[in-house]
Order: sequence, then structure tokens, then C-alpha cells
Amino acid sequence: MFSSRYWREIPQRYRMEAAKCSGCGHVSFPPRLICPKCKGRKFEKVRLPDQGKILTYTVIHVPATPFKDEVPFAIAVVELDGGVRITSQVVDCDPSTLTIGQRVRTEFRKLQEIGDAGILCYGYKCVPA
Amino acid sequence: MVGVIGYGAYIPRYRIRVEEIAKTWGADAPSYKRGLLLKEKSVPAPDQDTITMSVEASRYAVRRAGIDSARIGAVYVGSESHPYAVKPSGTVLAEALGATPQAHTADFEFACKAGSEGMFVAMGLVQAGLVEYALGVGADTSQGAPGDALEYSASAGAGAFLFGREKILAEVEETDTFMTDTPDFWRREHQFYPEHAGRFTGEPAYFKHTLGAAKGILKKAGATAKDFAFAVFHQPNGKFPLKVGEMLGFTKQQVETGLLSPTLGNTYSGASPIGLTAILDVAKPGDRILMVSYGSGAGSDAFIFRATDLLPKVQNLAPKTRPQLDDNKFYLDYGTYAKFRGKIRKAG
Repeated sequence: MFSSRYWREIPQRYRMEAAKCSGCGHVSFPPRLICPKCKGRKFEKVRLPDQGKILTYTVIHVPATPFKDEVPFAIAVVELDGGVRITSQVVDCDPSTLTIGQRVRTEFRKLQEIGDAGILCYGYKCVPA
Repeated sequence: MVGVIGYGAYIPRYRIRVEEIAKTWGADAPSYKRGLLLKEKSVPAPDQDTITMSVEASRYAVRRAGIDSARIGAVYVGSESHPYAVKPSGTVLAEALGATPQAHTADFEFACKAGSEGMFVAMGLVQAGLVEYALGVGADTSQGAPGDALEYSASAGAGAFLFGREKILAEVEETDTFMTDTPDFWRREHQFYPEHAGRFTGEPAYFKHTLGAAKGILKKAGATAKDFAFAVFHQPNGKFPLKVGEMLGFTKQQVETGLLSPTLGNTYSGASPIGLTAILDVAKPGDRILMVSYGSGAGSDAFIFRATDLLPKVQNLAPKTRPQLDDNKFYLDYGTYAKFRGKIRKAG
């Protein structure tokens, strides 16, 4: 991940900042310029809740090279309280014990190291609640 | 009046037992358990470091304080394991909290004393009226060389304290410090593991400085051990803090609430700060608390806190420290621990 792209995504990755449409109340994450529900263009900045449940998940055994030391690991679609869905790694668990509907919460974790000399990328992951 | 308005601790879920380390190196586990009063220690997950744990502990502190993070005017992380050699941990922490852009930050390093130094500076800025709120964090993912005595204790965790002048949970009654140039433990630039001077780290280092700061603050405050409900000392193992407490006239009951090292290990910059969070979790209004840190190199910072009527109202607003330590643990074998801690040399 390039520094510039990582930097642009900091509000979402660090603070889970979403855009709540001033017209219809729909919450977009990541934020959008135009509301997908009502086409409104005015938004209020809101932070997403840190709790939710697993909607579905998969366990990765053959990962992309930067993540080869982490296998097996789980990637889940998590519905946060309030309805916004995120895709997140689920850590601090045995992936074989996860269940659909299981409560999870977000924690601040290191997402990636760019080689031995590049930047460290941080953001949210989920852990069992 | 200045004091703690929010506090929080974060302890990783992974553990390794003393027996598992001793088995690998052919060492005698019972002697470590008996001699240093260590049973197990926390281990950070591969995606955890000083920054991630500082963020979690600080979020709990902000939650207990109930303040807008944008009003935090200074953020200081003390650690000997900052993830970057050049780039402050405090920038990531402040950004994650939403405290940027008007927040002072710089990272502190003073072996295990960096956290308490950050707390002191944060407190001082608030007391001087330069900032409304300031955050001091002690956090480490400490390293011990494979097979070294330090490997049995070097662990991970973070403690965070928000200071302010209103809605105080624990008033700061007094502070003191005691510092000399004492080369008992160090890590040179580009070295992966620290070196230490064996038994020299005891009497002329830990005990001299811890006792110096403790006696100094007790004299300034006109207090004795009997005036305190709790005391927490730096805890490189389970034995030293109990011994130094006894030398100062504290009972085991006064020390054991904040004594986490037998099952947590030595979280270095986080050690006495996390111990203080465990005390704040149970302290009652009016309770006085003595905290004395120790960092090799060497020095100790001392604080006297007095719990206020507000403290019980916020104790349950964020995860408490003892349950993080005692519940929901995953035990590692030595191979997985070595992989997690980057101790295995790999190809390419």
C-alpha cells in the first residue's frame, strides 16, 4: 500500500468515520459524494459502532504473499450495530470455531507492514466480543 | 486541582507459561516460579504493537472521561518498543482518537520509566494551564533474548491516563522523581535484544531508585505507608515489588491489588501504569494510592493519587484490568510464540 493511499483512508481505517445522509439518514461507509438511496449530496460525519455480528466468513489457507505467515485466518462480512456492513479479518480466535451470527467487536490492529523498511499500516480488525 | 479524568488498560489475549519457555532451554521452571514469582506472561499477537495497544487503552480512558477527543491538547506515548525508529507513535494514537491536528506529541523513551514520565509531563501541562486535557500512555511489546532470564518476563500491555482539571477521578496530591546515570540495562542502536547487567539490576538500580523516589515523595507529603489504601511499584517480576513494598512498610494487602506481574510478566513502560489501572478499577472515594515506577538507566517517578467520589461511577464504563488478565486467554507453545515475536530466522 502506498503512503498516499494509506493516508487518504486514515479517517475510515482508524476512526471508522462514515457519512450519514442529511436527507434520508442512510449511512455510507466508506463515505460517498452522492447518497446511493436518495441522491442527496449533504452528509454528516458519524463514527460507526464498534460492535456487530458475523454475517458470513471464509477461512484463508492460501493467502497473498504478504499474509503468508498468518494462515489460517478468517475474513468476515460483519454487520455492525445499526446495519452498516464491513469486511474485516477476525483475529484472536481459532477460525474453525467461528459461527455465523457470532458477536464481534473492532480493535485497532496492524494491517500490513510494507516490507522491512516501508510504512506500517494500521486499521480495524474484528475480535470475538 | 489536577488529576486523572480517564484511565484504561489493554492486555493482549495470548499467554506463554514459564514451564513452556524453560522446557525449550533446559532450564528449571520451578526455580523461576519460586525465585521470581512468575507463572506466565502476555504475548502480543503478530498484528499488535505499542501503537495498537496504546490506542485501545486510550480509547478506554476517553470513554471513562466522557470528553471530546478533539480537546486533548497533548499525547505522549512512553515505550522502549516504538514500532518506528523515526516517526512518532503519538501521531497514530492522536489520529486514531481524533485528537489531531491541535495536539502536542513526541515519543518518550526511558526503559520502563517512559510511561510514567509521559504521565508526569501530561499532568504538568494541564496543571500549568497550557492544555485542557493531556494523555500519558505507557506501553511496550518488550523483548528478551531467547534463553535469557528476561525472556521469562518480557511481555506486552498498555496503560493510559487522561489528565484534566475538572471531573477528576483521582487527584494528584504529590509527585517526585529520583534519577541517576546507572547502566543496568540498555539496548544499543540497531540491536534487536537488550543487554542487562545481571544482579546489578537489583540493589544499585531497581531498589536504590524505587526507594529513593518513594521515600522522597513520602517525605514531601508528610505521609507513611499507613496513610495509603494501595501501593503499586514497577514490577519486573513478582518478587521485587513485594520486597520494596515491605522495605517501605507496606503490607502485602496494600501491594497485591496492583501486582499483576506473576501472570502478566513485565510490560516495561506499561508495568506500574497498568498496575495503577487495576487499583483504580476497585478503589473507593478517599483512598490514597502510591505509584512508583522504575526505568533502567536509571530512574523512578512517584505519584500520590487520591480517589474522588466520581471514580466508582466510571469504573464499569470500559473493560477492567483484572478480567483482561484473568479471562479469555490463549496459551501458546514455544514455536508459535517464537514465530509471533519474530525470533525465527526465515529465508528471503
